[in-house]
Amino acid sequence: MSASDLMLRGPASAHGRPALRRIDRLGALLTLVGAAGLFLLPFVDFKANRILPGDPRDLAQVLPVWAALGCQASLAAVSAAALLAANAPLRLAAALAGIVVIAAALAAAANALTPPHNLIVRVAPGAGFWLLLAALGLLATDAITRMRPGPGARVLLLALFLGVALLTLAHGTFDNVSVMREYAVDAPAFALAARQHILLSLGSLAAAVVVALPLGIFCHRAPRLRPGVLSALNIIQTIPSIALFGILMAPLGALATHVPLAAAVGIRGIGAAPAVLALFLYSLLPIVANTVAGLKRVSAATVDAALGMGMTRWQTLLGVELVLALPVILTGIRIVLVQNIGLVTVAALIGGGGFGTFVFGGIGQAATDLVLLGAIPTVVLAFSAAVLLDALVELLDRVPQ
Amino acid sequence: MIVIESLSKRYGTTIAVDAVSMVIERNSITVIVGTSGSGKSTLLRMINRLIEPTSGRVLIDDHDTEGEPGHLLRRRIGYVIQGHGLFPHRTVAENIGTVPRLLGWEAGRIRARTAQLLQALQLDPAQYSEKYPYQLSGGQQQRVGVARALAAEPAVLLMDEPFGALDPIIREKAQDDLLEIQRKFNTTIVLVTHDIDEAFRLGDRVAVMSEGRLIQYDRPEVLVTRPADALVARMTGSAERAMRLLSLTTAGEAALPLTASEVGMNGITVPTSASLREVLSELLWRGSECATVVDGAGTPRGRLTVAAILARGRPA
Repeated sequence: MSASDLMLRGPASAHGRPALRRIDRLGALLTLVGAAGLFLLPFVDFKANRILPGDPRDLAQVLPVWAALGCQASLAAVSAAALLAANAPLRLAAALAGIVVIAAALAAAANALTPPHNLIVRVAPGAGFWLLLAALGLLATDAITRMRPGPGARVLLLALFLGVALLTLAHGTFDNVSVMREYAVDAPAFALAARQHILLSLGSLAAAVVVALPLGIFCHRAPRLRPGVLSALNIIQTIPSIALFGILMAPLGALATHVPLAAAVGIRGIGAAPAVLALFLYSLLPIVANTVAGLKRVSAATVDAALGMGMTRWQTLLGVELVLALPVILTGIRIVLVQNIGLVTVAALIGGGGFGTFVFGGIGQAATDLVLLGAIPTVVLAFSAAVLLDALVELLDRVPQ
Repeated sequence: MIVIESLSKRYGTTIAVDAVSMVIERNSITVIVGTSGSGKSTLLRMINRLIEPTSGRVLIDDHDTEGEPGHLLRRRIGYVIQGHGLFPHRTVAENIGTVPRLLGWEAGRIRARTAQLLQALQLDPAQYSEKYPYQLSGGQQQRVGVARALAAEPAVLLMDEPFGALDPIIREKAQDDLLEIQRKFNTTIVLVTHDIDEAFRLGDRVAVMSEGRLIQYDRPEVLVTRPADALVARMTGSAERAMRLLSLTTAGEAALPLTASEVGMNGITVPTSASLREVLSELLWRGSECATVVDGAGTPRGRLTVAAILARGRPA
């Protein structure tokens, strides 16, 4: 507990002044962060073209005085809610309103700084914008956590968030913001990358489930093999992703050269094949380990009773053991899916496609906006996958052990 | 009737059960008692072939159990274990309906049978059917475990330390309930325990096992009066064997005929169901020589004197 905290909490509560006592600690921190973003750092970066270094601009420099003041006043109101309000829905509403305000300010700034019909200049979100977004995002997340929404409500919130984001993007609100400019340059490439990204993550996950689930069951049944299998998978997990992609290029290339059938089904040293194989290998450990852990938590008495009442081995496995282990196994699948969505980005290095194409393209061209065009959807995708699977796990884990 | 013929189980060089033969009468409670590692659980689990015997055979009502697939055999035999083993993800009703569902009973019949069993085990069907096992107390979970084992009307019920996880007071109640259920459903019960008191309380016949072998298999009073070896003698407790013997006879069985002048003599009455041990304790406490034995309706049925009780506390 900090000194200021002691000052606020100790004597104030002793003298019964509840107004001061209720100052929210997280709210205070986020207000400081947000204020730093708003007043000390540039809100947007103006670039004459996409690779020039940015020219930082404050909110007051780019928006009319009334708009800049209005924006600051609304953020001050959000901060008041963050500091004083105990009501979680109110805090959430304030945070979301704050996000809408800075998003609108960004769009307005981009529109104001871009000369008509000019496709060369770039108006990128500045450090101040990102800091404000982070503070408001944390405030919203904290409020949602305090509200303890059920799994269904969380999925609904996610759908609402994605829906609003997609609608504003489709409406063209942010068309003059740098990242959307990069998108407009090659929209079909973005659609293709999105498809590849999802296919690579889900495909390698599906293949891993098909192999890892039986392997996990097998490890559970044969405890003597468990340490060997798990440490082999552990070693795979420690190989850095770039190295593993590289290691796989040589044997897969050789395979494609010598086995025509392999080449015919699309196996090559570079491209999707080594990417899927590497992701598949990374996916094994979490699923196998969680399958073993999940089956282990099923009590021996329950299994004994199931067999003793005349259920067959298969009926016991499918109807009792796997059902009871499912929440833990799904937690493993969640880890793998989120991990794969991130790792697919690296697969772009060996021609695997996906959003990583933009990230590495952007790094190569020193075009930060292009990097963001790859990074932002990757984060949104991983976040959405995590929310969805967490909700599913919670839904299935309603019955305590 | 279950006939066990020189049944053995070996694990490598270890002999868990060593050529055990015994006949278990229909509609009786047989208790297998022994220390841990005596092979009693293995013997029980070979009856429903959860463990396949190395040699020997088991006949249930003259049919060799080897003749049918193990899981089908087990659907005809009730099975209750320590810590109940209820399915945590299924409701009480679904748990009880497990074997009937495996046997393909129709839903209405399963519902009716579930309600009947819950009622028999003093659990209100309306209140408990849709509850999950974790919402029940230990004693209630144990009763649901018994109901689940009896669901498909098995002729034989196997119980492996069924009351081991219960505290003493609930255990005593559960034992009484079991005796009642046995009478009600006419089930042949084989129960495994390490608790000799439980064996004497429940068993029509008691089998004592040690190191995989069956040491003695007889009525409880024979175990007390003519123990086969030092182990059985030690188990039945030489210091209190007289008391154990008295606890095996009820007041109703030992009551002497009543003469008219003696009715209501000193006002001390004992129920016919009380054991002689309890009657003796009551007389000692009251400092009296005799008591009147009355039935459930309060009608005098006979009398008991300290001398008559003492005569029963030694081998005949």
